[in-house]
Amino acid sequence: MSGRFIEISALEKVFTGEGKAVAALRGLELSVPEGTFLGVMGQSGSGKSTLLAILGGLCHPSAGTVCVDGIDLYGLPGERLADFRREYLGFVFQAHNLVAYLTALENVMLPLSVKRMSRVAKRARALDVLDQVGLVDRADHLPSAMSGGEQERVAIARALVNEPPLILADEPTGSLDTDTSAEIMALLKHLNDQGITIVMVTHNPENQQFFHRTVVLRDGRVDCELPACEAGTPLYRPARV
Amino acid sequence: MNLGSIALSNLRRRKTRAAFLIAGLLIGIATVVALLTLTSSLTVEAQNNMENYGANILITPQSNAMTLTYGGVTVGNVAVGARELNQADLGKILTIANRKNIAIVAPKLLGAATVKGKTMLLMGVRPDAEFKIKRWWVLDGRPMANDAELVAGSAAARELGLQMGDYVRVGGKRFTVTGLLHETGSQDDNLLLTTLAAAQSLLHKPGRVSMVEVAAQCSNCPIEKIVAQISGVLPGTKVTAMQQVVQSRMHALGQFRSFSLAAAGVVLGIEALVVFLTMMGSVNERTREIGVFRAIGFRRGHVVGLILIEAAVASVLAGLLGYLAGMGTTYVVLPFVAEGSAHVAWAPLLAPGAVLIAVAIGAAASLYPALHASRMDPTEALRAL
Repeated sequence: MSGRFIEISALEKVFTGEGKAVAALRGLELSVPEGTFLGVMGQSGSGKSTLLAILGGLCHPSAGTVCVDGIDLYGLPGERLADFRREYLGFVFQAHNLVAYLTALENVMLPLSVKRMSRVAKRARALDVLDQVGLVDRADHLPSAMSGGEQERVAIARALVNEPPLILADEPTGSLDTDTSAEIMALLKHLNDQGITIVMVTHNPENQQFFHRTVVLRDGRVDCELPACEAGTPLYRPARV
Repeated sequence: MNLGSIALSNLRRRKTRAAFLIAGLLIGIATVVALLTLTSSLTVEAQNNMENYGANILITPQSNAMTLTYGGVTVGNVAVGARELNQADLGKILTIANRKNIAIVAPKLLGAATVKGKTMLLMGVRPDAEFKIKRWWVLDGRPMANDAELVAGSAAARELGLQMGDYVRVGGKRFTVTGLLHETGSQDDNLLLTTLAAAQSLLHKPGRVSMVEVAAQCSNCPIEKIVAQISGVLPGTKVTAMQQVVQSRMHALGQFRSFSLAAAGVVLGIEALVVFLTMMGSVNERTREIGVFRAIGFRRGHVVGLILIEAAVASVLAGLLGYLAGMGTTYVVLPFVAEGSAHVAWAPLLAPGAVLIAVAIGAAASLYPALHASRMDPTEALRAL
C-alpha cells in the first residue's frame, strides 16, 4: 500500500426534496492508500452509499473535493466522468444489477462494448475474467438461470473486465447466504491481493477480517476507525426500526 | 459486442415489447403504403380507361357560324360556309404521333327525318364506338347490328310510341327497333340512332359526317398536343379539347390523393405517438438497466445511441413488413374500390420509401425518450431498484 490513492476533503452532500434539505455528508475527510481493502460501515442514513456514489463519479457533491489517483473527479469536463468510471472503476452492487437479456458473457463484456477493441479481443478478455471468478462454463447462461452467488460473481467479473485500479462494492454480500458470502469475500480479497484498491460498504461485522481498514460513518462524517472505535459505536443497526 | 449487438439482444429477448413496437409502426406504414398504392393504381386505371368518361376531343367542320344559345334555348344560328366532314379523312386521325393515346373515334351524322309524320332528330353512328364512348347510356335491348335497325332515345320513343321490336319507317325506309335508351336528361333523349351508313343513305350524304367525338387517354400527354396534331392532319376542321371531362376526373382523383395524403399524415402522426409511448414505457421500465450502463462508463451519447439503434432496427423491420402488408392490402381492396379491371401500380421507390419513413418516424419519436434516458441520474436510477 502506498501513496494517497483516494483523497477526500471536506465532502458535503445535501439532498433537497419535498421542500426540505437533508445533509447526507457533512465535511467528510478520508485518505486511502493504493491497494487498500477499505470497509465502510455505519448505520442506515450515515452516508455510506452517498459516499460510494460520489467516489464513483455518479453523484456531484455539494462541496468538497474527491481525487482518485490525482484526478479531481468533479473538475473533469463534460462526459469525462463517464470515461473515468469506465477506465478507473469497477462497480459491484448488492442487487447484482445484471442486464436480464444478456448472457453472463455479454454482461461481462458490457463495459467493453463502447471501447475500441476487436470483437475477438473483447470476448477473450471477458472469458478470461469469467474464468477468474470460476464461471467460464456458465458463460452462455442468462442471469435468470443462475444462482445469487453466481450472479454476484458475474457482477464482479464485469467490474474487473476493464482492469480497473479501484473497485467500489455496495453490500455485495447483503443478499447472499453465509457460505456464498464467504466465497465472494475470498474472491474480493484475492483481487485486492493483486493490487486492486477496494472500497466496500457492508453491514456485516464478520467481513472486517478481510479489510485492511474499517471506517465507521456517523451523521455524514468518519466517526472512527475500527478497532479504535469506542464500545457501543453503532456499526450497522438501522437508524429507525 | 457493441451498441448494435446490445440493441439486437434486447429486441430478440424482449419479444413482446419488440413485437408491439414493430406492430405499431407496421400498421401505420402498411396503411400509408396501401393508401398511396390505391391512389396510384386508381389514377393509372383512370388514365388507361379515359374513354369511360366520354369524349374529350370534338372535331367539327370549320365554319364561321355563331350559335346563339343560352340556357339550352337556341335563338339563332348564323352559319357561313358550314359543311360536313369527309368520312374518308378520319383515318388520318390514327396517323398522328400520339395515335397510341387515341382510344375511340366516334363519327356521327346528324339530320332531320320524318317519322310517323313528325320531324325527328336522326343520328347515324358507329354502334361499337358510340356505345363505348357513351358508357352512361343504359339500354333496354341491344344496339343496332345492321343498317335496318334503330335505337330510340327515351323522349323520341315516347313521342312516337315505339316499343321494342316495333317496325317503324324513317324517311320511307323500314327499321326494327332493337333498343330503347333510358332517360339521360340530355339531348340524347330525343335521338333516333341508326348506323352511320343508314343515316348517310337516308340523309343523302354518303361519306359525310357532321362531327367526330374522340376519346384520348391523355393524362400522360397534354390534350392540347393531341388537338394540335389532329388539326394538322385534318385541315379545315375545328378540333376542340373538352377539358372539363378530364379535369373533373383528375380533380376527383386529386381530391382522393389529397385525402389519402391527409389520412397518411394522420396515421403517421398516430404511429409516431405509439412509438413515442412505447419507447418512453421501455425507457422507464429500463431505469435500472440504464443506471447500470451509466455506472459502468457509458456516456450519455452511448445511451442515446443504444435507444436509437433499437428504434432504427425495429423501424427497418416494420418498414419492410409494413410495405409488404400494405401491398397485400392493396391487392385485396383494389377490386372493391375500382370499377374496372384495375391493376396494382408497383412503385419501385415505395419500398425504400416505406423503410425510410419508418426509420425517420421511429428515430424522431424515440429521440425524446432516448434523451430522457441519457439524462437519468445514475444514482436515482440505481436507487429505483
